[in-house]
Amino acid sequence: MSSAAPAEIQAAAEDQNSLRAILRARWDAIRSGDVGSLPVIIGIVAIGLFFNSKTSIFFSAVNFQNLIGQMAGPTVIAIGVVFVLLIGEIDLSIGFLSGLAGVAVAYYQQAGTGHDYPGLVALALAILVGMVIGFTQGSIVAFLGVPSFVVTLAGLLICQGLILQILGTAGVIGIQDKQINDIANYVLSKNTGWIVAIVFAVGLAAAAFGSYFSRKRAGLPTGNILLTTARVVFFGGLAFAVVHVCNQAKPRAGVPLVGLIVLFLVVLGGYVAGRTTFGRHVYAVGGNAEAARRAGINVKLIRILVFMISGAMAAMGGVILASRLNGISLESAGGGTILLDSISAAVIGGVSLFGGRGRVSGALFGGLIIGMIANGIDLVGYTDAIKLITTGAILLAAVTLDTVLRRRQAAAGR
Amino acid sequence: MNAASPPTLELRGVSKNFGSVQALREADFEVSDGEVMALVGDNGAGKSTLIKCVAGIYTIDGGQIFFEGNPVTIHGPKDAAKLGIEVVYQDLALCDNLDVVQNMYLGREAHDPLFRLREAPMERRTAETLKSLSVTTIRSVRQPVATLSGGQRQSVAVARAVLWNNRVVFLDEPTAALGVAQTRQVLDLVKRLAEQGLAVVLVSHNLVDVFEVADRITVLRLGREIGVYEKGKTNEREIVEAITSGAPAPEETEVVS
Repeated sequence: MSSAAPAEIQAAAEDQNSLRAILRARWDAIRSGDVGSLPVIIGIVAIGLFFNSKTSIFFSAVNFQNLIGQMAGPTVIAIGVVFVLLIGEIDLSIGFLSGLAGVAVAYYQQAGTGHDYPGLVALALAILVGMVIGFTQGSIVAFLGVPSFVVTLAGLLICQGLILQILGTAGVIGIQDKQINDIANYVLSKNTGWIVAIVFAVGLAAAAFGSYFSRKRAGLPTGNILLTTARVVFFGGLAFAVVHVCNQAKPRAGVPLVGLIVLFLVVLGGYVAGRTTFGRHVYAVGGNAEAARRAGINVKLIRILVFMISGAMAAMGGVILASRLNGISLESAGGGTILLDSISAAVIGGVSLFGGRGRVSGALFGGLIIGMIANGIDLVGYTDAIKLITTGAILLAAVTLDTVLRRRQAAAGR
Repeated sequence: MNAASPPTLELRGVSKNFGSVQALREADFEVSDGEVMALVGDNGAGKSTLIKCVAGIYTIDGGQIFFEGNPVTIHGPKDAAKLGIEVVYQDLALCDNLDVVQNMYLGREAHDPLFRLREAPMERRTAETLKSLSVTTIRSVRQPVATLSGGQRQSVAVARAVLWNNRVVFLDEPTAALGVAQTRQVLDLVKRLAEQGLAVVLVSHNLVDVFEVADRITVLRLGREIGVYEKGKTNEREIVEAITSGAPAPEETEVVS
């Protein structure tokens, strides 16, 4: 009986791989409320076209370079937010936690103070601060069952207080360390950029075709080879296009290092969430924590680890923001719209506030949309008022879409 | 039901208290390979508590659990899983956001030493298991469970028990929320489980279902076992009386406290 099964499964798999069947399945999924990244892509194109019609600088090479630097901080923080949202919790501390990490990295490189460590050590210490705070918050949520909203609200206030305490009367610490300043400000040489693009494209192709052939060998539905190739060509081409544009920028041509850091963290986060047992358990806890517990998953441990990831990512984002400004001040440390920008980026990127749905790459797409709006509005010369209203409206649209789609998806099952 | 070998799972004098409430009072229960044992009783009789004790959700306060004649202790879901005891809960304990494969392997994913998921073997075995149980209505094992019908969801939950080569499967009210055709599907599935040699425990309020698939029937009342009935030697009336008044146990008089 079991020897006959694979052949039949394979036969069934063959028809599932035709372009037509895949398109039909995709269309069915969209109708039942699983729209994937469709709204985000439409949003990116629409926003790009709008600002392009308003100002010619928007699509210039130097602005593109600038946009990468601008969106890097919130995007990295948003990666952590994605994990927290996936388990159905919220982390409000990330804004000031990122500020505190910025303070930490500046503090630990301060020359002539007895705590002037090398740049990378200061960076590690800043991320450690984020992880310790994440661990503390996660433990309170997991073991005592205090709602994460309140725990992290308290964390927000405590982080803000610590920033005030440390920056104190001076109110500012400058960053002289070259390694730290390079994080947000270094641009790769033109040729290094091309090498990165080649490595990225080859890695992408290896992953896509490797998965295709290993599934084919196992006699499972593989998807369509043309579609897989098209995807590899599109995203690989995109990498080359990005490098090409950045290499045109004046005065400092080249891909910003921080763009590479963001890409690396998004890929790493996506890998952890999508391809590891830990990631699977994160989705399970967000989908049905009770079911996860009964299946023997250590739900408390997952919650704590996720808050630690959130803390670490917020810290990394904070270091990027501090590096961009070559220092940290009371005005720049975690205040302003950084908290809401990061959460908005994750939500706009299609991550559900109700837990269990969304991808890490959503942080990149959402971060891009938030970054494009902020960047475009500044260029066109609209006021901050318009910026806030637009971002708010897009966030509202994203959350509404999420809520409506979720209801639709639930209804489709009955 | 071989008299010589001990029952696959046996509970002797098991008690469980929640504060002053005694949910189980020295209850006995047993089930053997290849049989469908029905567990019936009114609301509050202790059926759910008994299941949760065996599944490792609760730890028992007194008595002893035996597996194939050997005393065992069950402290958590992992212990129960190790023994090969699987519970299909009334609310199914499925993650709606995950697909069929992901739910079947929930908490026991196949992975390499670096904790990377090995999707291909998981997907393949899921498809084979569903097929071996003649579950043919699920279009793709990669669709989220949220998009399945009630009967399909039940099938996934039951197939999960089979996938793991379990010895004892508890089904808690598997037909409660289903229509006629889907109930049919699930009852067939229950019979097939026993035919594959598993010890199956069917917990149900529906005596029609119970009499259709069960070999023996255990009646619980107020946390105690009232009696075990062979299906061929009893009828619905006797079972109803046992459930409501505990009548067939003559030495037991109605306690009014």
